[in-house]
Amino acid sequence: MTMLEIRNLHVSVGDREILKGLTLTVKPGEVAAIMGPNGTGKSTLSYVISGREGYEITEGEVLLDGENILDLEPHERAAKGVFLAFQYPVEIPGVATMIFLKAAMNAQRRARGEEELATPDFMKRVKDAAAKLGVSQEMLKRPLNSGFSGGEKKRMDILQMALLQPRIGILDETDSGLDIDALRVVSEGVNSLRAPDRAFLVITHYQRLLDYIKPDTVHVMAQGIIQRSGGPELALELEKHGYQDYLSEEAA
Amino acid sequence: MAQFAASAGDAFAPMYEEMKLQGAAGLRTAAWETFAAKGLPNRRVESWHYTDLKAALARPAPLAIARGGVEVARTHDSIRLVVLDGAFRPELSDLAALPPGATVQPLREALAQGTPGIMALLASDDVRTDDATLSLNTALMQDGVILRIADGVAIQRPIEVAGIQSSEEARSSFTRSLVVMGKGARATIIETAGVLTDVPSQDNQALIIRLAPGATLDLFTHATGQCETQTRVMSLVAHLDESASLSAFSLIEGAGLLRRQIFVRVDGEHASLALQGATLTRGRDHADVTLVVDHAMPNGQSRERFRNILDGSSAGVFQGKIIVRPGAQKTDGVMQSKAVLLSDGATMNNKPELEIFADDVQCGHGATCGRLDKDQLFYLMARGVPRGEAETLLIEGFANEAFEGLGNEALRGFISARVSQWMSGRAA
Repeated sequence: MTMLEIRNLHVSVGDREILKGLTLTVKPGEVAAIMGPNGTGKSTLSYVISGREGYEITEGEVLLDGENILDLEPHERAAKGVFLAFQYPVEIPGVATMIFLKAAMNAQRRARGEEELATPDFMKRVKDAAAKLGVSQEMLKRPLNSGFSGGEKKRMDILQMALLQPRIGILDETDSGLDIDALRVVSEGVNSLRAPDRAFLVITHYQRLLDYIKPDTVHVMAQGIIQRSGGPELALELEKHGYQDYLSEEAA
Repeated sequence: MAQFAASAGDAFAPMYEEMKLQGAAGLRTAAWETFAAKGLPNRRVESWHYTDLKAALARPAPLAIARGGVEVARTHDSIRLVVLDGAFRPELSDLAALPPGATVQPLREALAQGTPGIMALLASDDVRTDDATLSLNTALMQDGVILRIADGVAIQRPIEVAGIQSSEEARSSFTRSLVVMGKGARATIIETAGVLTDVPSQDNQALIIRLAPGATLDLFTHATGQCETQTRVMSLVAHLDESASLSAFSLIEGAGLLRRQIFVRVDGEHASLALQGATLTRGRDHADVTLVVDHAMPNGQSRERFRNILDGSSAGVFQGKIIVRPGAQKTDGVMQSKAVLLSDGATMNNKPELEIFADDVQCGHGATCGRLDKDQLFYLMARGVPRGEAETLLIEGFANEAFEGLGNEALRGFISARVSQWMSGRAA
């Protein structure tokens, strides 16, 4: 049984091919880490799965629960359970955080044919999730991500993940810009969301994050494809030897 | 030039002859001569470069006249003063609700009686007379309210000056109101400018504000219209004394041609000024916000923050000039104008200017104009918000930025609701 299946994915930006036939399978409940050097297309992969504009998909498929999602708009993918935790969450001054959260939760519920949340129920869910992640009431009162520190933005993203309960959470370089304390809070938030019917794709350059979010599988990505797959020990090996083995022409 | 002046004179001369009989003849005559020498501004006048008022008012409509039986719906919880069809209407106003320390006098009465303090204020040189439309307003002013708030008086409930035209045929109104606040006085004033009918109305309204030392005024101006053939010029002239504070917010819902011009003179030390607003235009609307902030004394602070949201083939203009005079050291000014274009046919003109003659000041300006931010849009959509709803959230948020610092919650709610309503009327 697979939850996310990426088959022979080729993606270009302009004239440059970035993903060159990437294939990857993630099972329900699995935490899959994708590690690789900078500039190898890791973020491109996260954006292509979540549906950002500007990427030309020339070949291949991305299946979520057996359905190809590449023709869907980003909000439709979100309603089906795709969640991208951004490397750099966007500041949206003027849009109140609570209004945004309610719009997102209710839009997804509508798309799935569910009832919208009543305000007290919504408030309670936000309050409970915020308390767990150390997101203060003051942060919730501010415009979305406006003036937040790097750590606060990441916590806000994980709060959204906790509220939206996705099928697959994609963490794009979640550790970038985080100090150790923030990293711990964010990782605990992610770990508490691990569930048999939910998978994670943890994209990272460093082993460090994987000390906190323990992966089931590790995939080495370089030159636009998955070069090697293995268990958690692969991450430790990469930490020791670096990525140079995967950057030569022979490896590709 | 002579011919041009003559044609303007021809059009407005009968109105001037009529209004001269209503008092303040000397003041009117001086203003009329200033106006007649210039005529209505066209695009060759630098400060009117983007707005051709002369073309819009090629056929000036006759003066508005008071009518009975008009109902003006309430939109705010306020102490309302109604200026309807160019005339202050005490019977429609909440004069009895005015708290102690606040007094209202009809402008018409002050002009007829020549009330000395008022005449001095109207004639004072900081009421800019080099703008032809203000001169025309002085020459033809029909009525308005003079609101005085005594020293040390703080009024919680907003006082609304509601300027409305209800004429069923095209009419011109020329109104002027004065707000004179004493030392340390505090108030919130709502200035509304609306039209009840879809005739080609022409309105020229002025609000003159004088803040004594330590006075604090929050002003919210809301302009609406009914159709694309309406023309409105609204001027705000403010004078800030020492440690006075003026926060002027505006929501302009474009309809036809609208020019809002703001002239502020900071004439005392440690004064603080915020001029902020959002302008929404669609169809063939043209909305021009032009401001001049003149810092004449040291340690002043000014913040100008404007947002334009443009759809259809509408046009927006922002012209902002900050002058810092030689003695006005330690002036701190930041001016910002941002526009979002929702269609290919919309245009925005931004013209920020700084004229700084002091060496120890901090002044900056920024102007942007573009489409909705793609990263923000993707962020919202990646959370499940459909495109249309995400765009609406972003646009409302963009407009709301202009009202940061507006303390009155009810007004903030009112503004949000108006922007939402405007968005829901957006052609799909």
